[in-house]
Amino acid sequence: MNEHALLPLAVLASSLLPGLVIFFLPERAVRLRSALNLAGATAKLLLVGVMLWGVSRGVSYAVSFPLLPGIAFSLRADSLALLFVTLSAQLWFLTTIYAIGYLENSPNRARFFGFFSLCVTATVGVAMAGNLLTFLLFYELLTLSTYPLVAHRETPVARAAGNRYLAYTIGGGAALLLGTAWLYAVAGTLTFTPRGFLDGSDAPAAVLAAIFFLLVAGVGVKAALVPLHGWLPRAMVAPAPVSALLHAVAVVKAGAFGIIRIVYDVFGVEYAAELGVIDALAAVAAFTIIYGSLRALAQDDLKRRLAFSTVSQVSYIALGVAIVGPLASIGGIVHLVHQGLMKITLFFCAGNYAETLGLHKVSELDGVGRRMPLTTAAFTVAALGMIGLPPMAGFISKWYLGLGALEAGDTWAVVVLAGSSALNAAYFLPVLHRAWFRAPAGPWPPPAVGARAETALALLVPPVITALLVILAGLFAAVPYSPQEWATLVVRREFYAP
Amino acid sequence: MSGSQLLPLLVLWPLAGGLLALLAPRAVGLLLAAGTAGNLALGLFLAATLPGAGALAHDVGGWGAPLGIALRADGLSAVLVLVTAFAAPWLALHASAAYAEPERRYFAGLFLLFLAALNGLFVAGDLFNLYVTLELLGLSAVALAALGGGPAALAASLRYLLATLTGSLAYLLGVALLYRAAGTLDLAQLAGQGTDLPGGAVAFALMVAGLLLKAAVFPLHFWLPPAHANATPPVSAALSALAVKAPLYLVLRLWLSLYDGAWPLVAELLAALGAAGVLWCSLQAVLQARAKLLVAYSTVAQLGYLLVALALVPAAGLNAYGAFVLLLVSHVLAKAGLFLAVGNLARRARHDRMDGFERVVHHMPLSAGAIALAGVSLMGLPPSGGFSGKWLLLQAGIAAGKWWLVAVVLLGGLLAAVYIFKLIEHTFGGSDRPDATALPRRMEWAALALAGSAVALGFLGQPLLGLLGGLP
Repeated sequence: MNEHALLPLAVLASSLLPGLVIFFLPERAVRLRSALNLAGATAKLLLVGVMLWGVSRGVSYAVSFPLLPGIAFSLRADSLALLFVTLSAQLWFLTTIYAIGYLENSPNRARFFGFFSLCVTATVGVAMAGNLLTFLLFYELLTLSTYPLVAHRETPVARAAGNRYLAYTIGGGAALLLGTAWLYAVAGTLTFTPRGFLDGSDAPAAVLAAIFFLLVAGVGVKAALVPLHGWLPRAMVAPAPVSALLHAVAVVKAGAFGIIRIVYDVFGVEYAAELGVIDALAAVAAFTIIYGSLRALAQDDLKRRLAFSTVSQVSYIALGVAIVGPLASIGGIVHLVHQGLMKITLFFCAGNYAETLGLHKVSELDGVGRRMPLTTAAFTVAALGMIGLPPMAGFISKWYLGLGALEAGDTWAVVVLAGSSALNAAYFLPVLHRAWFRAPAGPWPPPAVGARAETALALLVPPVITALLVILAGLFAAVPYSPQEWATLVVRREFYAP
Repeated sequence: MSGSQLLPLLVLWPLAGGLLALLAPRAVGLLLAAGTAGNLALGLFLAATLPGAGALAHDVGGWGAPLGIALRADGLSAVLVLVTAFAAPWLALHASAAYAEPERRYFAGLFLLFLAALNGLFVAGDLFNLYVTLELLGLSAVALAALGGGPAALAASLRYLLATLTGSLAYLLGVALLYRAAGTLDLAQLAGQGTDLPGGAVAFALMVAGLLLKAAVFPLHFWLPPAHANATPPVSAALSALAVKAPLYLVLRLWLSLYDGAWPLVAELLAALGAAGVLWCSLQAVLQARAKLLVAYSTVAQLGYLLVALALVPAAGLNAYGAFVLLLVSHVLAKAGLFLAVGNLARRARHDRMDGFERVVHHMPLSAGAIALAGVSLMGLPPSGGFSGKWLLLQAGIAAGKWWLVAVVLLGGLLAAVYIFKLIEHTFGGSDRPDATALPRRMEWAALALAGSAVALGFLGQPLLGLLGGLP
């Protein structure tokens, strides 16, 4: 086993081992626990940096060993995997800092950080899975490790949300398992292959279509495709760092990433179009985009508004995947990163409002911009990015999606994108207006003793950094290693025949 | 020592330990440790020698069949001996802290006899010795079930006794019919002959019916939930994990090697019983308020998967056979761990109603972890032995075109998730009430080790199937 095989395993281990150790640490070992968390997060960032450099030069990092006859546990860091791994590693680092600050002095932190680390391990595993079975393995591990985070507060509402989450995701897992087992029975392999491995298969088209729908329904639960999205708004009772992680990196992204893998590396997008199944996915994605935005409009609870916004925004990825053509693919893939950066910023900020001033509703945010200027500035940058304003990152995604739709002749998709942008503006601009331009309803509670900034530094620094990244990813989209450049590399290398 | 001389030792070692433990109360702890550890060493040695040899045979005292006692071991025997030998020391470790005298002495003696019976059953080469080991297994199991329990445990173990004796009787009748027709009881000599012998079908029906009653397969499971739920935790674990597996192992041997998997009706019937058991008993498990009853019903449901896998062997071959063995082994580990962990919580809460667990779970994170890990395997989520078995079972079902069985397997998994999370939900939350009576840590570690191995088995499927070899 050389270092090319060891690196993917080391990336997994950098969060798995701290997580396992943390489970066995006593509750009061706060410093040791934080040190382990940060050391793991830093190590992961460094390891991913090395792999990123290697993959851009054409090195392939892969390891596999047999699980069952014909089935291997396989990790492979291709360029698409790296896109998601890099996003996870960066945002995990920031979320760890945020969570340490957010959960200060609350109970059950050993359990929280243990599952938190397992959750990131599962996400990175989903990204690097080299075949559908390994993907399924980490996908289910993600379900199991996020349940205790969703139900963390242990209140009846939190437990009910946890149960709802399980009912959806375990059901989705069963569909994914059936699809995977059936696929293996007809194809004899599950290895992700650029441009798919089913073209030329002698299985009947109806069987392949059924398998496609089973697989997409399985991952569609986590990607919150309507009507499989019901768990997401409920899961809002989780602590803010969990919501941030759920919406930006871990759960919904694992679902969206699964759609990408299934369409491009199992079926191949052109073969999926030939089967006729891709249009159904496009229709569901378009409906979800509009439906999520409409529901977001009606929410007064800030986190619920953001949750429905996630339902809508994540389906941009599915839409980009479902439109055949490299430009739309680039738009979809890059939105995986851009939506993550923007949405994590929004959730960090929502957490700051709730934690510092006890504000949970949009209608309570009047004048908060003056009390918490940096938080509100970060919120503003991310919200404008969501609407798609240049030079923010969201603009790049929508630009490529729109170009791709025109290239493929799908003008209806352009209409959907425009309508969604208008709706985004309709549910985000009033929030910004309230925060900056209205007068507060009453005096703010006094700042905590010894406070040097508008809120604790551990809560303030992460959203400011992610907001800066939102701007940088948009401004320097054409610079090497930017998300947009990397997405172009992925699409050129793996999705379409040269 | 050559490999084949190992076979009588597999029986003699625990047998001697058990008898000594009943006679010499002073050294009980040592005997229990030496008995189970030595047994594990023998099991490992068997698994290490077997792959080169193919199969091992030994005639006790040099007397061959049909007169003497013939012992045989193939891949299937080795896997079962090994998993039993692996689970036993953890159960013994838990028991060493769970019991006071004189229960500890009785447990040690009976448990080692129980191990001797299991080992004997896995390496027996003829139908009569199988009957003897089956009887010894049933009696030691019943005595264990009655150990240290109240009136409920006593009543339940009497029912258990009745069921196991009836089962043995039916089995013995079948054996007698076969002997009259063939003049031998040696498994190797009878191989493939069953269908041609006069009265072979009746003998088969009698033997299998008796064994299914002993294995508590739906709808013959009436005796199991009370017996397993009212026993003390190490016993519940031993019974649920090991005792009910032996008769099913025997059904597989008889059907596949004596009868060549004959009569499509048998496969249909086994599949139907298995499917009904999976669905009905999973549903029963969901409805329970007492944790130990929930776990006991889960056992009957999981036995249903084994029957489904067995029923698919003639049509789907190695995949179904591998599924049977992987599901069996992972259930041994997961269920033993789960029963020990639930027993730990119940001991601290002083009852086993789940709604009281929140109060005590804060002190017992290891037991809560064991419940979660065992649950992963029982639900069949990856990575775990339960998942690997389920995957092979799905492949077998799809290959045989039995879509209704595929549906049952998936539905059973969903129901398992419901009852497992019902249990896990109660390991969350509640108030932290300080309590002076700490539980010895080794009781928690034993549960965690067993449950953890069920998950680790997910990565060891390939070597296990290698040891198993081809169809028997």
